[in-house]
Amino acid sequence: MLEIKCPYCGKRSQNEFSYGGDATVKRPTLGEEISTEDWDNFVYFRDNPRGKHTELWHHVSGCRQWFKASRDTATHEIFDTCKMNEAFNE
Amino acid sequence: MSNAYRTKNSTGLINKNKKINFSFNGHTYHGYEGDTLASALISNGIHLIGRSFKYHRPRGFLGVGVEEPNAMVQLHEGNKSEPNIMATEVELVEGLKAKSQNCWPSVQFDIGEVNNLLNRFFPAGFYYKTFMWPKSFWMKIYEPFIRKAAGMGVAPLQPDPDRYEHNYEHCDVLVVGSGPSGLASALAAAKNGARVILAEDKANFGGSLLTDEVTIGNMSGKEWANDTVAQLKSLPNVIMKKRSQVFGYYDHNMTVMIERVSDHQENPSKYTPRQRLHYIRAGEVIVSTGSIERPISFGNNDRPGILLASAAKEYMKVYETLVGKKPIIFTNNDTAYSTALEFLKNDIVPVILDTRNNSNGELVKEVKQKGVNIRFNSGIADTKGHLKIKSAVIGELDKDKENFTSLESIDCDCICMSGGWTPTVHLSSQAGNKLKFNEEIDAFVPDKKRQRESAVGAANGSFTLNQSLAEGFQVGFDLSNKFTDNNIETNTPNSKEPKYEKHERLWCMPLPQGKKPKRFIDFQNDVAVSDVELAIREGFRSIEHVKRYTTLGMAGDQGKTSNLNGLQYVSNIEKKIVPEVGHTTFRPPYTPVTIGAIVGREVGNHYLPTRKSPIHNWHEENNAVFVAAGLWQRPRYYPKESENMNDAVNREAANVRKNVGICDVTTLGKIDIKGPDAPEFLNRVYTNAWLKLPVGKARYGVMLREDGMVFDDGTTSRLSENHFHMTTTTAQAANVLSHLEYYLQVVWPELDVNVLSTTEQWSGIAVAGPKSRELLSKLFPNIDLSNEGLPFMGLVDTNIDGIFARIYRISFSGELAYEVNVESNFGLHMWKKIMDEGKAFNIEPYGTEALSTLRIEMGHVAGAELDGRAVPFDVGLNGMVSKKKDFIGKRSLSKEAFTSEDRQTIVGLVPLDKRTKIPEGSHIVENDKVASPVPKLGHVSSSCWSVEYNNPFSIAIIKDGKNKIGKNLFAVSPLKDISIPVEVVSSHYVDPDGERVRS
Ligand SMILES: [Zn+2]
Repeated sequence: MLEIKCPYCGKRSQNEFSYGGDATVKRPTLGEEISTEDWDNFVYFRDNPRGKHTELWHHVSGCRQWFKASRDTATHEIFDTCKMNEAFNE
Repeated sequence: MSNAYRTKNSTGLINKNKKINFSFNGHTYHGYEGDTLASALISNGIHLIGRSFKYHRPRGFLGVGVEEPNAMVQLHEGNKSEPNIMATEVELVEGLKAKSQNCWPSVQFDIGEVNNLLNRFFPAGFYYKTFMWPKSFWMKIYEPFIRKAAGMGVAPLQPDPDRYEHNYEHCDVLVVGSGPSGLASALAAAKNGARVILAEDKANFGGSLLTDEVTIGNMSGKEWANDTVAQLKSLPNVIMKKRSQVFGYYDHNMTVMIERVSDHQENPSKYTPRQRLHYIRAGEVIVSTGSIERPISFGNNDRPGILLASAAKEYMKVYETLVGKKPIIFTNNDTAYSTALEFLKNDIVPVILDTRNNSNGELVKEVKQKGVNIRFNSGIADTKGHLKIKSAVIGELDKDKENFTSLESIDCDCICMSGGWTPTVHLSSQAGNKLKFNEEIDAFVPDKKRQRESAVGAANGSFTLNQSLAEGFQVGFDLSNKFTDNNIETNTPNSKEPKYEKHERLWCMPLPQGKKPKRFIDFQNDVAVSDVELAIREGFRSIEHVKRYTTLGMAGDQGKTSNLNGLQYVSNIEKKIVPEVGHTTFRPPYTPVTIGAIVGREVGNHYLPTRKSPIHNWHEENNAVFVAAGLWQRPRYYPKESENMNDAVNREAANVRKNVGICDVTTLGKIDIKGPDAPEFLNRVYTNAWLKLPVGKARYGVMLREDGMVFDDGTTSRLSENHFHMTTTTAQAANVLSHLEYYLQVVWPELDVNVLSTTEQWSGIAVAGPKSRELLSKLFPNIDLSNEGLPFMGLVDTNIDGIFARIYRISFSGELAYEVNVESNFGLHMWKKIMDEGKAFNIEPYGTEALSTLRIEMGHVAGAELDGRAVPFDVGLNGMVSKKKDFIGKRSLSKEAFTSEDRQTIVGLVPLDKRTKIPEGSHIVENDKVASPVPKLGHVSSSCWSVEYNNPFSIAIIKDGKNKIGKNLFAVSPLKDISIPVEVVSSHYVDPDGERVRS
C-alpha cells in the first residue's frame, strides 16, 4: 500500500485515495471545433510509460481535493505531489 | 517411556513443574510449559509426523522453527480446525489436538505411498506432461486425481469461530528479529529516542543467543539478551512483540506482521483475539532475521530422524529435548560441532562425519580433545529405516569428492546435518533489494536497496558475533538519528565466541555405486537432485523456469532450506557460478498466514458498513423486506399476512395508481451547489439548458461521460440565484460528486462554484398518487398546493411542527406526486405524520419493487437502461440534448457510430399471451426456429407486472427500435430454455403524454 502525501492533509495511506490517470491530458476547450481524431485522442488514448508519470489523485476519503503526483510507475516511488495550481518542486 | 528423550540438565526454557497434556493422531501424550508441539513429540520419541507432498514418503522434523518444511499438521477439530500448521511453531497448550495430514488411512500405513514405488512415473514436470491431453479429461479425471493425491491439509467447512483483529502502527524503526544484531540495533535506536518496534517470531527473545555459547561484556550471551530485553521493555518508546512474524514487505515501507495473541493460552478471555494482523508503516526497517542452516543432499536424506544440526542443538538447549541417543553428525563446516558438544554434555558420543579434509576450528579442537573420533573426508551415501532412521551407509570420499572409495553401514537413531548457513534475505528481497552473491559464505546477501531497509547481522551475511553486534549498534544508531536530535550513541560491548574455519563447497553427496536413492533438495515440494537434472536435460535454463517445472522453492516454504542448494546444483551441472544462474523471487508471505487473520473483523455484517435511512426502524417494524442498494438497506416491499412478493408489489403499485403511496427516497444522492458560476457549471455538466431555470423551479437533467454515454440523471432545483440542489441516483451518488469535483478542480478551476454532498443531511419522502395533493393539503393547510400554486417541477419551502420542510413537485412514478424533504433528524417524524394523515386516503408504503414497476410502466429509464453503453438517443433522451451549447461528452455524440439510425434503442414489450413474464436479460430475436448463431436484436433490460393493464410488460433495447413497434418478435432465454412471443410497443406504456404528473 502506497503512502501518498496529499498537499492539503499530509501523508496518508493509499486506501484514502482514488487514482485519476494522466495529469498532463488537457480537455479541449468547450465550443471549439475539433477533429474526430483529436477528440478520440483526448477521450480514449493514454500513454502507459514505464518510469516517471505525472498523474492525478483524488483524496476521496479525506479532503476531497484532486492533486498532482509525480510517480515512478515501475518502482512506485513518488517524487513529489502538488496542488493543481502548483508545479512540482524539482 | 514417556518423555524418555529429555536432556540431563534443565538449563533451557521448559517449566517441568507444569505438565501439559495433548494428543497426536488420537494418542495422548504430555509435555511441559515452554514446549512446542515439535519438542513435545520428539521428547516422546516421535519423529514420524506426516507424509510428503508428492511421494507420500514418511517425514519427520527437519527444523525447529519457521524453516520447517515437513512437519505440517492439522490442528484442532470441527470449526476451529486448521491445516498446514508447522508443528515447530505451535506452543503446547493443554488439550491441544493435532493430527498428521496428507496420509490415509494412517501416517504409519499410507495408501498414497504407492506413489513412492512408482516414483519413476512422477518426475519433474509430471503434471505438465501427463495431464495436458486430452482436454476433456481435466474436469473428471485429472483434477480430482491431483486434488486427492496432492492434497495437503483439509480446510474446515464451518465458519471460523475465532476473533481476529487488525492494527495499524507507525514507528521510526522496525527491527525484525531479536538475535544479537536485532537486540543491538533496537537498543541503539531506542536509547537514541527513536520510536522502535521489535518483532520476534518465537515465544522468547534472543535468537541465536539462546543456543550459542558466547560472552558479551561480562555476561553469557543469554544473560546479555535478557538484560537487553529488560532495558528495552523499560523504555516508553519501544513496543516489544514476541510470537510476531513480519511476513510481508510492501511498497513505501509498509510491512505486515502477524501476532499469535492467544494460540498459546489455555483459556483466553472472550474478547482476546486469536491473532492480530499489524500493518506497520515504518520509517526504517532493520532486517535482522538471521540465517537458516542448509541441509545436505544424500541418498534418502528425508527419513524421520534426519534433521538440521542447529535444530538438534536448539531442541537440546532451549527445549531440553534429545532428538536421539545414537546420533550421527554430518557436516561441511564447524558450526555443527557445537551440536556434538551438546550431545557430549548428555554423555552421548556422536559419530562425526566431516566432508572436509581437516579443520582446526576451536570447536573442532574441543571435540577432538574430548576424545571423539572425527571422520574427515567422509560422507553419507544412503540411509535405511522405513518410518524412522535406523542406519546410515557412510564412506570415505575420493580426492575430487565425486565418489565414495569405501562404504560401511552404521546404526543410528538420528542424523544431524549441516551444510552451512543461508542469510534470511526474504524481506529484503520483497522490499525490492537486488541481492548479490557473497562468495565467502556462498550465499546471497542484500545489496542495492530500493526502500528504506537495512540488513544487519547474519541476514546481511555477517556470521561472526563481533560483526553482528557492531553492525547492529551502528545501524540502529545511524538510522535513529534520522528521527531524533538526541545523538546518544550506545557503545558496542566486547564479545567472545569460538573461531570457525571455512565451510567446504559441497552440498550434494555422490550416489553409492549401482544405486539411485533419491537425494532431496526441497523437502516440502518433494524435489530431488534427479528432478533438477531432468529439468536441465530437457532444456530449462532460466532458474525461474526450473523453479516452476520442478516446483523447487515454491508454496508455503518459499525455499527457506532448499533455495541455495537448488541453485548450487544447477550451477554445478551448468558449470556456471551461482550468481550467473541468478535467484528466484521471494514472495510474501514468508510464512503461511491463516485466512481469518487477513480478513480480520470484516466478516458478516462488518464486511461493509450498512447505511440506514432515519426511517429504517419504522420499515422494520412494518414488516419490510430489505434489499441492498449499494451500502444502503432499502425496503423492497412490505408483505401483509400471507402475501408473497408478487402480491405485495402489485398491491403497493396499484395503490399508488389508485390512491396514494409513500416511499422512502432518502437514499437518493443529494449535492448542494453554490457559487456565482453555478448555473454555467450545470450548463456544462448537463446536456440540457440551465442558465434560465427560474428560482423555485426544478428541472430534469441528464449528464454524460466524455465518451457520450449517459452517466446519470436526476432533478436539480434552483433554490436561489446562485444556489442549486442536485439529486442523483442512489447508485451513482459518490461517482457524480467525484465527477463534479474533477471538473471544478482540474478542468475548469476558473469557475467559482462549491459542491458538497448533502445526502445524509436530508431525508426524502415521496408521496405519489392521485390523492397525494389532497393528503398534503391537509398536512400543510397554509400553502397553496393547487396545480397553479405548485405546478409540476415547482418547489416550495414551508414549516411543520416548527420543522423546516421543502416540498418538490416531482414524480418518478408518473403519477401526481410530491417529495417532502426535511432535515434527517426529523425524517421519521415527517414520515409518521404523513402516514397518520394518509390513513383517510388509504395510504400504503411502497418499496423499491413497486417503485420499479411504476417507472417501468411509464418507460422511465434507470440503471438497467443506463448501463454505460447508451447514448441519449438510445434511451429516448434525445430531446434532452441541447443543440445550441457545448457540454461534457457532446463532441462524442456526433461520431458516426453514435448517430447511425439502426442503433439499439428503447422499446416496450408485451407477451402475446399476456401472461408469461419475460425474464430480464432475455435476448430478442426475430425467429426462434433458425439454427444458431441466431442474430440478436437486443436484450430485455427491465421487467414488471403492469398493474395498469394487468399483464406483463418489459423494457428492451433493440436494434432500430422505433421501426420495430407493432412487430412480433421473440424473447428467448437460453439459460432458462424458454422462448416467449412478444409484441413490440412504445416504452411509454402508461400515460404516454404525461398528463397525470401535470394534473
Ligand atoms: Zn487531503
